[in-house]
Amino acid sequence: MTRILLAIVVMAVTTYIIRMVPFTFFRKKIKNRFIQSVLYYIPYAVLSAMTIPSIFYATQDLPSAIVGTIVAVVLAYFGLPLIVVALSASVASYLALVLLPLILK
Amino acid sequence: MHLFRRGMRDGISIALGYLSVSFSFGILSVQSGLTVWQAVLISLTNLTSAGQVAGVGLIAANASMFELILAEIVINIRYSLMSLVLSQKADSSFRLPQRLLASYGITDEIFAVASIQKDPVKPRYMYGLILVPFLGWTLGTWLGAAAGTLLPEQITNSLGIALYGMFLAIILPPARKSRAIFAVISVAAVISVLLHFFVKWMSGGFAMIIAALAASVFGAILFPIPDEDQAKEAEQ
Repeated sequence: MTRILLAIVVMAVTTYIIRMVPFTFFRKKIKNRFIQSVLYYIPYAVLSAMTIPSIFYATQDLPSAIVGTIVAVVLAYFGLPLIVVALSASVASYLALVLLPLILK
Repeated sequence: MHLFRRGMRDGISIALGYLSVSFSFGILSVQSGLTVWQAVLISLTNLTSAGQVAGVGLIAANASMFELILAEIVINIRYSLMSLVLSQKADSSFRLPQRLLASYGITDEIFAVASIQKDPVKPRYMYGLILVPFLGWTLGTWLGAAAGTLLPEQITNSLGIALYGMFLAIILPPARKSRAIFAVISVAAVISVLLHFFVKWMSGGFAMIIAALAASVFGAILFPIPDEDQAKEAEQ
Protein backbone atom coordinates (compact mmCIF):
# COMPACT_ATOMS: atom_id res chain seq x y z
CA MET A 1 0.00 0.00 0.00
CA THR A 2 2.69 2.50 1.07
CA ARG A 3 4.91 1.14 -1.69
CA ILE A 4 2.21 1.82 -4.28
CA LEU A 5 1.66 5.37 -3.02
CA LEU A 6 5.41 5.95 -3.09
CA ALA A 7 5.52 4.59 -6.65
CA ILE A 8 2.70 6.98 -7.68
CA VAL A 9 4.53 9.96 -6.15
CA VAL A 10 7.78 8.90 -7.87
CA MET A 11 5.97 8.63 -11.23
CA ALA A 12 4.26 12.00 -10.80
CA VAL A 13 7.39 13.87 -9.69
CA THR A 14 9.53 12.34 -12.45
CA THR A 15 6.95 13.20 -15.10
CA TYR A 16 6.47 16.73 -13.75
CA ILE A 17 10.20 17.49 -13.66
CA ILE A 18 10.58 16.31 -17.26
CA ARG A 19 7.89 18.77 -18.34
CA MET A 20 8.76 21.60 -15.97
CA VAL A 21 12.53 21.98 -16.36
CA PRO A 22 12.66 22.78 -20.09
CA PHE A 23 9.50 24.89 -20.00
CA THR A 24 10.69 26.91 -17.03
CA PHE A 25 14.45 27.12 -17.35
CA PHE A 26 15.52 26.38 -20.93
CA ARG A 27 14.87 29.11 -23.42
CA LYS A 28 17.50 27.99 -25.94
CA LYS A 29 17.14 25.18 -28.45
CA ILE A 30 19.33 22.06 -28.38
CA LYS A 31 21.95 22.48 -31.11
CA ASN A 32 23.37 18.96 -31.28
CA ARG A 33 21.85 17.40 -34.35
CA PHE A 34 22.30 13.80 -33.20
CA ILE A 35 20.53 14.39 -29.87
CA GLN A 36 17.84 16.37 -31.67
CA SER A 37 17.32 13.43 -33.99
CA VAL A 38 17.17 10.85 -31.18
CA LEU A 39 14.65 13.01 -29.30
CA TYR A 40 12.64 13.43 -32.47
CA TYR A 41 12.29 9.67 -32.99
CA ILE A 42 11.81 8.61 -29.36
CA PRO A 43 8.05 9.19 -29.10
CA TYR A 44 7.36 7.07 -32.18
CA ALA A 45 9.74 4.33 -31.06
CA VAL A 46 8.30 4.32 -27.53
CA LEU A 47 4.71 4.05 -28.68
CA SER A 48 5.61 1.31 -31.17
CA ALA A 49 7.53 -0.74 -28.60
CA MET A 50 4.72 -0.27 -26.08
CA THR A 51 2.11 -1.40 -28.57
CA ILE A 52 3.91 -4.39 -30.05
CA PRO A 53 3.60 -7.12 -28.89
CA SER A 54 1.39 -5.95 -25.94
CA ILE A 55 -1.61 -5.21 -28.16
CA PHE A 56 -1.93 -8.95 -28.89
CA TYR A 57 -2.45 -9.64 -25.19
CA ALA A 58 -4.71 -6.65 -24.53
CA THR A 59 -8.01 -8.54 -24.78
CA GLN A 60 -6.80 -11.70 -22.98
CA ASP A 61 -7.57 -13.62 -26.21
CA LEU A 62 -5.35 -13.68 -29.29
CA PRO A 63 -7.92 -13.97 -32.15
CA SER A 64 -10.00 -11.01 -30.93
CA ALA A 65 -6.82 -8.98 -30.34
CA ILE A 66 -5.72 -9.67 -33.92
CA VAL A 67 -9.11 -8.52 -35.24
CA GLY A 68 -8.92 -5.34 -33.12
CA THR A 69 -5.34 -4.69 -34.23
CA ILE A 70 -6.20 -5.04 -37.92
CA VAL A 71 -9.10 -2.60 -37.56
CA ALA A 72 -6.91 -0.14 -35.63
CA VAL A 73 -4.08 -0.34 -38.16
CA VAL A 74 -6.37 0.24 -41.14
CA LEU A 75 -8.23 3.17 -39.54
CA ALA A 76 -5.03 4.70 -38.14
CA TYR A 77 -3.34 4.36 -41.52
CA PHE A 78 -6.09 6.45 -43.08
CA GLY A 79 -5.62 9.08 -40.40
CA LEU A 80 -8.92 8.80 -38.55
CA PRO A 81 -9.15 10.64 -35.22
CA LEU A 82 -7.62 8.98 -32.15
CA ILE A 83 -10.95 8.37 -30.47
CA VAL A 84 -12.45 6.75 -33.57
CA VAL A 85 -9.50 4.38 -33.93
CA ALA A 86 -9.46 3.53 -30.22
CA LEU A 87 -13.20 2.83 -29.99
CA SER A 88 -13.40 0.96 -33.31
CA ALA A 89 -10.60 -1.38 -32.23
CA SER A 90 -12.55 -2.06 -29.03
CA VAL A 91 -15.84 -2.67 -30.81
CA ALA A 92 -14.16 -4.98 -33.35
CA SER A 93 -12.47 -6.94 -30.56
CA TYR A 94 -15.76 -7.19 -28.70
CA LEU A 95 -17.57 -8.53 -31.76
CA ALA A 96 -14.75 -11.01 -32.30
CA LEU A 97 -14.89 -12.11 -28.66
CA VAL A 98 -18.62 -12.72 -28.93
CA LEU A 99 -18.91 -14.01 -32.51
CA LEU A 100 -15.74 -16.00 -33.21
CA PRO A 101 -16.50 -18.78 -30.67
CA LEU A 102 -19.92 -19.21 -32.30
CA ILE A 103 -18.50 -19.35 -35.82
CA LEU A 104 -15.55 -21.61 -35.04
CA LYS A 105 -17.58 -24.05 -32.96
CA MET B 1 -13.84 35.45 -26.60
CA HIS B 2 -12.30 35.19 -23.17
CA LEU B 3 -8.95 33.39 -23.43
CA PHE B 4 -9.74 30.86 -20.73
CA ARG B 5 -13.00 29.90 -22.41
CA ARG B 6 -11.34 29.68 -25.80
CA GLY B 7 -8.81 27.29 -24.27
CA MET B 8 -11.60 25.21 -22.75
CA ARG B 9 -13.39 25.04 -26.09
CA ASP B 10 -10.22 23.86 -27.84
CA GLY B 11 -9.78 21.27 -25.10
CA ILE B 12 -13.16 19.59 -25.58
CA SER B 13 -12.18 17.25 -28.40
CA ILE B 14 -9.01 16.28 -26.55
CA ALA B 15 -11.13 15.57 -23.46
CA LEU B 16 -13.49 13.30 -25.40
CA GLY B 17 -10.57 11.25 -26.67
CA TYR B 18 -9.07 11.11 -23.19
CA LEU B 19 -12.37 9.96 -21.66
CA SER B 20 -12.42 6.65 -23.52
CA VAL B 21 -8.70 6.02 -23.29
CA SER B 22 -8.54 6.76 -19.56
CA PHE B 23 -11.58 4.49 -19.10
CA SER B 24 -9.46 1.65 -20.44
CA PHE B 25 -6.56 2.81 -18.24
CA GLY B 26 -8.88 2.62 -15.21
CA ILE B 27 -9.84 -0.94 -16.10
CA LEU B 28 -6.21 -1.90 -16.69
CA SER B 29 -5.22 -0.46 -13.30
CA VAL B 30 -7.86 -2.41 -11.39
CA GLN B 31 -6.97 -5.57 -13.34
CA SER B 32 -3.36 -4.97 -12.34
CA GLY B 33 -4.32 -4.97 -8.67
CA LEU B 34 -4.64 -1.24 -7.90
CA THR B 35 -7.62 0.24 -6.06
CA VAL B 36 -10.02 2.66 -7.76
CA TRP B 37 -8.56 5.62 -5.85
CA GLN B 38 -4.99 4.68 -6.61
CA ALA B 39 -5.89 4.63 -10.31
CA VAL B 40 -7.58 8.04 -10.01
CA LEU B 41 -4.62 9.41 -8.05
CA ILE B 42 -2.25 8.29 -10.82
CA SER B 43 -4.30 10.07 -13.50
CA LEU B 44 -4.74 13.15 -11.30
CA THR B 45 -1.02 13.51 -10.69
CA ASN B 46 0.52 12.19 -13.92
CA LEU B 47 -1.77 13.19 -16.80
CA THR B 48 0.00 11.01 -19.36
CA SER B 49 -1.10 7.84 -21.15
CA ALA B 50 1.95 5.78 -22.02
CA GLY B 51 3.82 6.65 -18.83
CA GLN B 52 0.89 5.62 -16.67
CA VAL B 53 0.38 2.31 -18.49
CA ALA B 54 4.06 1.46 -18.12
CA GLY B 55 3.99 2.63 -14.49
CA VAL B 56 1.04 0.43 -13.59
CA GLY B 57 2.72 -2.51 -15.31
CA LEU B 58 5.90 -1.94 -13.34
CA ILE B 59 4.00 -1.51 -10.05
CA ALA B 60 2.18 -4.79 -10.71
CA ALA B 61 5.48 -6.48 -11.53
CA ASN B 62 6.96 -5.25 -8.24
CA ALA B 63 9.66 -3.39 -10.12
CA SER B 64 12.25 -1.26 -8.34
CA MET B 65 11.87 2.52 -7.99
CA PHE B 66 14.95 2.89 -10.16
CA GLU B 67 13.28 0.94 -12.94
CA LEU B 68 10.15 3.05 -12.51
CA ILE B 69 12.04 6.35 -12.72
CA LEU B 70 14.05 5.16 -15.73
CA ALA B 71 10.92 3.96 -17.56
CA GLU B 72 9.13 7.27 -16.88
CA ILE B 73 12.13 9.26 -18.10
CA VAL B 74 12.47 7.27 -21.33
CA ILE B 75 8.75 7.27 -22.07
CA ASN B 76 8.18 10.90 -21.16
CA ILE B 77 11.41 12.49 -22.37
CA ARG B 78 9.46 13.61 -25.43
CA TYR B 79 7.69 16.10 -23.16
CA SER B 80 11.03 17.85 -22.62
CA LEU B 81 11.21 18.51 -26.31
CA MET B 82 7.61 19.76 -26.40
CA SER B 83 8.26 21.91 -23.34
CA LEU B 84 11.29 23.35 -25.07
CA VAL B 85 9.23 24.26 -28.12
CA LEU B 86 6.33 25.61 -26.05
CA SER B 87 8.74 27.63 -23.94
CA GLN B 88 9.55 29.64 -27.05
CA LYS B 89 5.89 29.84 -27.96
CA ALA B 90 4.96 31.19 -24.52
CA ASP B 91 3.85 34.82 -24.16
CA SER B 92 5.98 37.11 -22.00
CA SER B 93 3.19 37.07 -19.40
CA PHE B 94 4.39 33.53 -18.59
CA ARG B 95 6.46 34.20 -15.49
CA LEU B 96 7.84 31.63 -13.09
CA PRO B 97 4.54 30.73 -11.30
CA GLN B 98 2.61 30.45 -14.58
CA ARG B 99 5.34 28.28 -16.07
CA LEU B 100 5.44 26.02 -13.01
CA LEU B 101 1.66 25.59 -13.20
CA ALA B 102 1.27 25.07 -16.97
CA SER B 103 4.19 22.59 -17.09
CA TYR B 104 1.93 20.06 -15.41
CA GLY B 105 -0.40 19.89 -18.42
CA ILE B 106 1.96 19.45 -21.35
CA THR B 107 0.68 16.29 -23.07
CA ASP B 108 1.07 15.21 -26.70
CA GLU B 109 -2.37 16.51 -27.68
CA ILE B 110 -2.30 19.71 -25.59
CA PHE B 111 1.14 20.46 -26.99
CA ALA B 112 -0.13 19.84 -30.51
CA VAL B 113 -3.01 22.31 -30.11
CA ALA B 114 -0.97 24.94 -28.26
CA SER B 115 1.98 24.83 -30.63
CA ILE B 116 -0.10 25.40 -33.77
CA GLN B 117 -1.55 28.67 -32.42
CA LYS B 118 -0.54 31.62 -34.54
CA ASP B 119 0.19 34.04 -31.72
CA PRO B 120 2.26 33.54 -28.58
CA VAL B 121 0.27 31.47 -26.10
CA LYS B 122 -0.99 33.21 -22.97
CA PRO B 123 -1.30 31.50 -19.56
CA ARG B 124 -5.08 31.73 -19.33
CA TYR B 125 -5.50 30.04 -22.70
CA MET B 126 -3.20 27.21 -21.56
CA TYR B 127 -5.13 26.80 -18.30
CA GLY B 128 -8.41 26.32 -20.20
CA LEU B 129 -6.76 24.02 -22.72
CA ILE B 130 -5.37 21.88 -19.88
CA LEU B 131 -8.39 21.94 -17.53
CA VAL B 132 -10.98 20.25 -19.77
CA PRO B 133 -8.77 17.34 -20.93
CA PHE B 134 -7.58 16.96 -17.32
CA LEU B 135 -11.21 16.56 -16.17
CA GLY B 136 -11.92 14.07 -18.96
CA TRP B 137 -8.80 12.08 -18.14
CA THR B 138 -9.52 11.87 -14.42
CA LEU B 139 -13.25 11.24 -14.78
CA GLY B 140 -12.66 8.51 -17.38
CA THR B 141 -10.15 6.80 -15.12
CA TRP B 142 -12.60 6.84 -12.23
CA LEU B 143 -15.43 5.46 -14.37
CA GLY B 144 -13.23 2.73 -15.83
CA ALA B 145 -11.76 1.74 -12.49
CA ALA B 146 -15.07 1.88 -10.59
CA ALA B 147 -17.58 0.61 -13.15
CA GLY B 148 -15.22 -1.33 -15.38
CA THR B 149 -15.47 -4.32 -13.07
CA LEU B 150 -19.28 -4.20 -13.22
CA LEU B 151 -19.30 -4.64 -16.97
CA PRO B 152 -19.24 -8.10 -18.59
CA GLU B 153 -15.73 -9.46 -19.01
CA GLN B 154 -15.98 -9.41 -22.81
CA ILE B 155 -16.60 -5.65 -22.75
CA THR B 156 -13.81 -4.80 -20.31
CA ASN B 157 -11.41 -7.09 -22.16
CA SER B 158 -12.23 -5.50 -25.48
CA LEU B 159 -11.80 -1.99 -24.02
CA GLY B 160 -8.29 -2.98 -23.01
CA ILE B 161 -7.23 -2.57 -26.62
CA ALA B 162 -8.46 1.06 -26.89
CA LEU B 163 -5.27 2.55 -25.53
CA TYR B 164 -3.11 0.62 -27.97
CA GLY B 165 -5.46 1.65 -30.76
CA MET B 166 -4.80 5.27 -29.80
CA PHE B 167 -1.04 4.68 -29.85
CA LEU B 168 -1.34 3.25 -33.38
CA ALA B 169 -3.44 6.26 -34.38
CA ILE B 170 -0.62 8.53 -33.17
CA ILE B 171 2.28 6.76 -34.92
CA LEU B 172 0.85 5.40 -38.18
CA PRO B 173 -0.18 8.63 -39.97
CA PRO B 174 3.31 10.18 -39.61
CA ALA B 175 4.88 6.80 -40.50
CA ARG B 176 2.89 6.82 -43.70
CA LYS B 177 4.36 10.18 -44.66
CA SER B 178 7.93 9.59 -43.47
CA ARG B 179 10.09 6.65 -44.47
CA ALA B 180 12.36 7.41 -41.51
CA ILE B 181 9.55 7.23 -38.94
CA PHE B 182 8.27 4.05 -40.59
CA ALA B 183 11.74 2.52 -40.28
CA VAL B 184 12.08 3.62 -36.65
CA ILE B 185 8.73 2.20 -35.53
CA SER B 186 9.45 -1.04 -37.42
CA VAL B 187 12.82 -1.47 -35.74
CA ALA B 188 11.30 -0.66 -32.35
CA ALA B 189 8.55 -3.23 -32.87
CA VAL B 190 10.95 -5.95 -34.03
CA ILE B 191 13.34 -5.42 -31.10
CA SER B 192 10.41 -5.32 -28.69
CA VAL B 193 9.08 -8.64 -30.01
CA LEU B 194 12.54 -10.27 -29.97
CA LEU B 195 13.14 -9.18 -26.37
CA HIS B 196 9.67 -10.35 -25.37
CA PHE B 197 10.18 -13.87 -26.69
CA PHE B 198 13.92 -14.45 -26.33
CA VAL B 199 15.00 -12.42 -23.29
CA LYS B 200 12.29 -13.52 -20.92
CA TRP B 201 14.08 -12.44 -17.74
CA MET B 202 13.94 -8.83 -18.88
CA SER B 203 11.02 -6.82 -17.49
CA GLY B 204 8.62 -5.15 -19.91
CA GLY B 205 9.82 -1.72 -18.78
CA PHE B 206 13.46 -2.33 -19.63
CA ALA B 207 12.59 -4.12 -22.86
CA MET B 208 10.58 -1.08 -23.95
CA ILE B 209 13.40 1.31 -22.98
CA ILE B 210 16.00 -0.69 -24.90
CA ALA B 211 13.79 -1.15 -27.96
CA ALA B 212 12.88 2.55 -28.08
CA LEU B 213 16.40 3.87 -27.51
CA ALA B 214 17.96 1.46 -30.02
CA ALA B 215 15.38 2.32 -32.67
CA SER B 216 15.76 6.08 -32.06
CA VAL B 217 19.56 5.92 -32.26
CA PHE B 218 19.16 3.83 -35.43
CA GLY B 219 16.89 6.55 -36.84
CA ALA B 220 19.22 9.35 -35.74
CA ILE B 221 22.19 7.70 -37.49
CA LEU B 222 20.44 6.71 -40.70
CA PHE B 223 17.98 9.59 -40.97
CA PRO B 224 19.29 12.59 -39.02
CA ILE B 225 16.64 15.29 -38.92
CA PRO B 226 17.48 18.30 -41.10
CA ASP B 227 19.68 20.91 -39.49
CA GLU B 228 17.78 24.16 -38.93
CA ASP B 229 20.47 26.27 -40.56
CA GLN B 230 20.57 23.94 -43.56
CA ALA B 231 16.79 23.99 -43.73
CA LYS B 232 16.82 27.79 -43.76
CA GLU B 233 19.48 27.83 -46.48
CA ALA B 234 17.45 25.37 -48.51
CA GLU B 235 14.42 27.64 -48.24
CA GLN B 236 16.35 30.66 -49.48
